[in-house]
Amino acid sequence: MSAPMLEMRGISKTFGAVTALSNVSLRLEAGSVLGLIGDNAAGKSTLMKILAGALRPDSGEILLDGAPVNFAHPIAARDAGIEMIYQDFALVPELTVTQNIFLGREITRSIAGLRVLDRSTMNARSEEMFAALGLRVPAVTLPVQALSGGQQQAVAIARATGFAARLVIMDEPTANLGAPAIARVRETITRLKNAGVAVIIISHRLEDIFAVGDRFMVMKQGHLVGDRNVDDTDNADLVEMIVTGVDARAARDPVADPT
Amino acid sequence: MTHAKTTPTSRAAAPFLDMRKAAVFLVRYGMFIALALWMLAMSLTSEHFLTSTNLLNVARQAAPIVIIGVGMTFVMATAGIDLSVGSLVALVSVLTAAWLVAGLPPLLVIAMVILVGVMLGALNGAIITLGVPAFVVTLAALTSFRGVGFVISEGRAVPISDPIFAFIGRGDVLGINTPLIIAAVVVVVGWFVLNRTRFGLYALATGGREEAARVMGLAITKIKIAVYAITGGLAALAGVVISARLSNGSPNAGMMLELEVIAAVVLGGTSLFGGRATIAGTVVGALLINFVRNGLNLHGVNPYWVQVVTGVILVLAVLMNTVLNRRAEAWARANPEDDREVRK
Repeated sequence: MSAPMLEMRGISKTFGAVTALSNVSLRLEAGSVLGLIGDNAAGKSTLMKILAGALRPDSGEILLDGAPVNFAHPIAARDAGIEMIYQDFALVPELTVTQNIFLGREITRSIAGLRVLDRSTMNARSEEMFAALGLRVPAVTLPVQALSGGQQQAVAIARATGFAARLVIMDEPTANLGAPAIARVRETITRLKNAGVAVIIISHRLEDIFAVGDRFMVMKQGHLVGDRNVDDTDNADLVEMIVTGVDARAARDPVADPT
Repeated sequence: MTHAKTTPTSRAAAPFLDMRKAAVFLVRYGMFIALALWMLAMSLTSEHFLTSTNLLNVARQAAPIVIIGVGMTFVMATAGIDLSVGSLVALVSVLTAAWLVAGLPPLLVIAMVILVGVMLGALNGAIITLGVPAFVVTLAALTSFRGVGFVISEGRAVPISDPIFAFIGRGDVLGINTPLIIAAVVVVVGWFVLNRTRFGLYALATGGREEAARVMGLAITKIKIAVYAITGGLAALAGVVISARLSNGSPNAGMMLELEVIAAVVLGGTSLFGGRATIAGTVVGALLINFVRNGLNLHGVNPYWVQVVTGVILVLAVLMNTVLNRRAEAWARANPEDDREVRK
């Protein structure tokens, strides 16, 4: 069997005396959509920040296509095609749409040996991104703080999907959004999946994952509790795992391989 | 993608939008307008104001403020502040005189004091990135830098009589004072770095929303240390200019200069909370402060009142910079159509 696109093995992370993650492993195939669910402080965001290079694990390893990778830095993860859409979008309000999209990977040109920001190329590229995504903002040269919440989300989506992403992580993508914006997020996820991009969704809203996802993973207090296919589970089953932290099926049938 | 909105509602609201634009324009460029009006008023009321001698003189007085202000603009872009620049000027002034007296070549002395400024600025920045508020770190530096200056000089001013320093302080190139030329070069380079390079953009991003800059992988710590190091270096350069102009090295140099610099930067429209910064604004702010002082002096106003007026202008500028600016921009963007999600 060929190696999965992404594998995280035995990831552990502590913050002082608090164990945020304890020996968590995860596998993900290209073009699959995984819902990562669990109560607050279950370790979902920490696990994803490690994957996105924003945090470093104490132990464990990450493999892409079977090859170990080491993300010392969010830029390293982004260069490997792993993008994250943060719950607050992680946009700088004073910077323009284009500046936010290219933040950390600006296009520069050389003038007399000086590296100068190539603003016109970046503006043109970000307009192309929005056109390709079917998303709209009033102008790519406007500061992000002049945009509505839905438009800011469009900027975050464009940034995460506009650079040949292989895996997009979404942290609570539908929290605090109206129905049209939620539909747009689901559309984006489906489009990414069809393009062979893997998606991990951290969400409290199970219905989003039932709608567009393939698999659930349930976490509680830094441990991986259970793993379900979308068509093989229901709300009650998942909620029970989230609350009790016990996989009832595995407990009933200990011989069964949970993967 | 820009797409025109031609719905009936936006047409009806057009005059209203123009008013909004005007309000935003007024708040954003208020200081440019204020400077122009003040200069017009002074030209009409004083025959001595609009003379090249007076204008160049004021510009030369503003030069050290502009030089340090460029650095301070970067610091404030990252949502920081540096209160130690005036004391650094004093320390540099003392060191310059002492090293010249010791017989070191003047150009080497200049290089050495600028290096001292960069290193002390970097030290400030390094402590700030450990998590100590910039206000506290640089306030401590404010007292200690000048203190070291007093220790080294034993409180005495030492004359500087080197010809190179005479040129820097009082010389001119084609009739333009040397301090003015130095300030102009600093402004052009500063404008370029802030608006056209990654470093400037990253400084703004750091100040705008540090957490976003961090998760996008920007090297926040290095950026912060760098802006304080740059400001330290520029404060040292200003220290050289001031010492050269006064022809002495004194631990009393640059007294209260940090407040004038911060006033100039804030007057110019750079946000106290980071993320928004303008070099041109800083130049205008520095000129405004100096021209107000000059105009009042020409009219024989008691110099103590001049200090009061400077303080009032600063408060008004901060009011404009924070409260009014936020309201005007919020008002300008309060377009109900923006939030309407149209789906086909």
